[in-house]
Amino acid sequence: MYQYTEFDRQFVKLRAAQYRDQLERNLAGQLGDDEFRPLRLQNGWYVQRYAPMLRVAVPYGEISSRQLRVLARIAREYDQPGAALLGEAQAKQDTLGGVPVPGGGQVRSRLKVGYGHITTRLNVQFNWIPLARSADVMDLLASVDMHGIQTSGNTIRNVNTEALAGIAVDEIADPRPFCEILRQWSTLHPEFAFLPRKFKISINGAKEDRAALGWYDVGLQLLRSEAGELGFKVLVGGGMGRTPIIGSVVREFLPWDQLLNYLEAVLRVYNRYGRRDNVWKARIKILVKAEGQRYIDQVEDEYRQIVELDGGAHTITQAEFDRVAANFAPPVLPRREHTGEDAVLRAAAQADPEYARWLARNVKPHRNPELRAVTLSFKRIGQAPGDATGEQLDLAAELAERFSAGEARTTHEQNLLLPWVHAEDLPALWHAARQAGLARPNIGLLTDMIACPGGDFCSLANARSLPIAEAIMQRYQDLDELHDIGEIDLHMSGCINSCGHHHSGHIGILGVDKDGKEWYQVTLGGADGSDLSGAAQPGKVVGPSFSAAEVPEVVDALLETYRELRQSADGKTENFLATLRRVGMDPFKAAANAARLNEKQVA
Amino acid sequence: MNIIETKTPGTEAPADLAGVVLLAPDADPLALPLEGVTRIDLHFPKFTDGRAFSQALLLRRRRGFKGDIRATGDVLVDQLVQMQRSGFSSAVLRAGQDIAHARRQFERYPAFYQGDALDARPLFARFV
Repeated sequence: MYQYTEFDRQFVKLRAAQYRDQLERNLAGQLGDDEFRPLRLQNGWYVQRYAPMLRVAVPYGEISSRQLRVLARIAREYDQPGAALLGEAQAKQDTLGGVPVPGGGQVRSRLKVGYGHITTRLNVQFNWIPLARSADVMDLLASVDMHGIQTSGNTIRNVNTEALAGIAVDEIADPRPFCEILRQWSTLHPEFAFLPRKFKISINGAKEDRAALGWYDVGLQLLRSEAGELGFKVLVGGGMGRTPIIGSVVREFLPWDQLLNYLEAVLRVYNRYGRRDNVWKARIKILVKAEGQRYIDQVEDEYRQIVELDGGAHTITQAEFDRVAANFAPPVLPRREHTGEDAVLRAAAQADPEYARWLARNVKPHRNPELRAVTLSFKRIGQAPGDATGEQLDLAAELAERFSAGEARTTHEQNLLLPWVHAEDLPALWHAARQAGLARPNIGLLTDMIACPGGDFCSLANARSLPIAEAIMQRYQDLDELHDIGEIDLHMSGCINSCGHHHSGHIGILGVDKDGKEWYQVTLGGADGSDLSGAAQPGKVVGPSFSAAEVPEVVDALLETYRELRQSADGKTENFLATLRRVGMDPFKAAANAARLNEKQVA
Repeated sequence: MNIIETKTPGTEAPADLAGVVLLAPDADPLALPLEGVTRIDLHFPKFTDGRAFSQALLLRRRRGFKGDIRATGDVLVDQLVQMQRSGFSSAVLRAGQDIAHARRQFERYPAFYQGDALDARPLFARFV
């Protein structure tokens, strides 16, 4: 992991002090709410439906046990609304209907407190911290080298990569040194703090794109030229939202040391020409789509001038690369003495069919053949996808400490991954994770769904995500059935801002507003760019939107259709997406439409 | 940085506007004739409109303009440091801004990560 220098540490503390100064002026009436808003957004403070939300940056997903424990403390001590606020909020959510679970039961909104929420962009959010205490939380975060810098606002956001960065078997080069160099370069960049709109960068270092590059404002694929030189393929102009667009390749090969110079050009052209008159057309994707080659030509010309006329001051030096990269050397793992108890644990694990499933679903190979990458599942009944209570964050910190050199990773699918687990420790880890309730063997399966906080918390949401997610979670508790359905990406967003990445789901669910009621659009065939999903593309809409009560039934019907139509060859069964692509949308559309309540009532 | 408080209308001294050029936010700073220009006023229609930061930087760094670059419009104390770092040398505060708060902001950070109009080199190239 990157270790903060004294400069880094001081910088984050000064940022916390600056935020306190701004907050105090706002609370004293010296800084108006409109003027304060972008400042608090640039520190991760976003005001939601009932309370402020804090988005804590987890740079490219790497987090230490020490940091997890501070997040746990924030959950316990600060993520706590007063009884009156919670009561009022719950009463409002109670006026919204319940969502029936196929086969019996019903899910209603139940607002939780005292937890952190892992997001698709690797950050951790809190939902109930009173704004008056926000500066104290920033100080607490700074004490463990954390912050909320540029996790919101029209800024360069937290740079993302994949959870297996630096340990993947198919890695071309480790993206993390570049992520960290970008983190530093983008932090409080004076020219790019008031862009037309938010700006998100993702870097992939492996052969498989596990970093959803096509969906980013800038996607960077590490690769080697024929001469063996390291560089990036540069994609610009991808994004979700109201107009889903896959990024265009603007550079087939950019030498690694030119990364900052080139991004300066990409951003400067965007800062000048990006639309500021319409928030829905302000992302760089709209500019790139409208201008096409002209945008690319402008960037190339600006880049040339940055290097030739300005002197290319941000050319990354070998010394700086080496300094940063040294932080990402694999940790030296202490070898544990294995005892008689380990043998007992191993025997017990091997006798349990759930352990085999866990090995198959939650454990991934590692570049070091002695090690494994293990995903702790935060997808279980009674808790929203990605939610972790203070106690669970502490437990995760302890597991990371015992089994993974004190390091964990937040994942795009809203789980935590332990990157440095010794293969011999797997039985002991499985027992411990199961005790902690984090060993559900469902990674990559239906219930490993992505969901945003939706209309239970977010003021932008048109509809709730969490009761739908919970209804589907309750319906699919049978592990045999879940494994039989196989690998599938179910993504859910409460509004078109697409925090739940519904566009890239094999099944996507999007909350829409019609006459002030909650409705949901269902899309099929979206892809994030991974090997499982194929080239990044948005899903296609099934038809008119469905009511909340219908959505779990529709998911049921879609999966039933898949199971009827799927083919097997050489003992392998094709997955949901493969069946969909082979047979087309029609049978799935018909099944979804037949699940409409009025259709059933008519029939 | 020269920070100018907005005076009550009618109390300003008559301004000498010879050598002063106004550059609109959508204008190209690389195409601006600079001969005889002593001051360039860049405009913030809203403080969240960041185009003038790029304009100021290009005027300083690429055009080598040595005169005054002035921020006008919706200029607030909390953006002054980044204005200075982008190449602005003066700023006319929007009415109602407290100049004491403004001064404090300049003392906060001893250095930043990336190069800027004051020092083109990023931190990593400065301390080697």
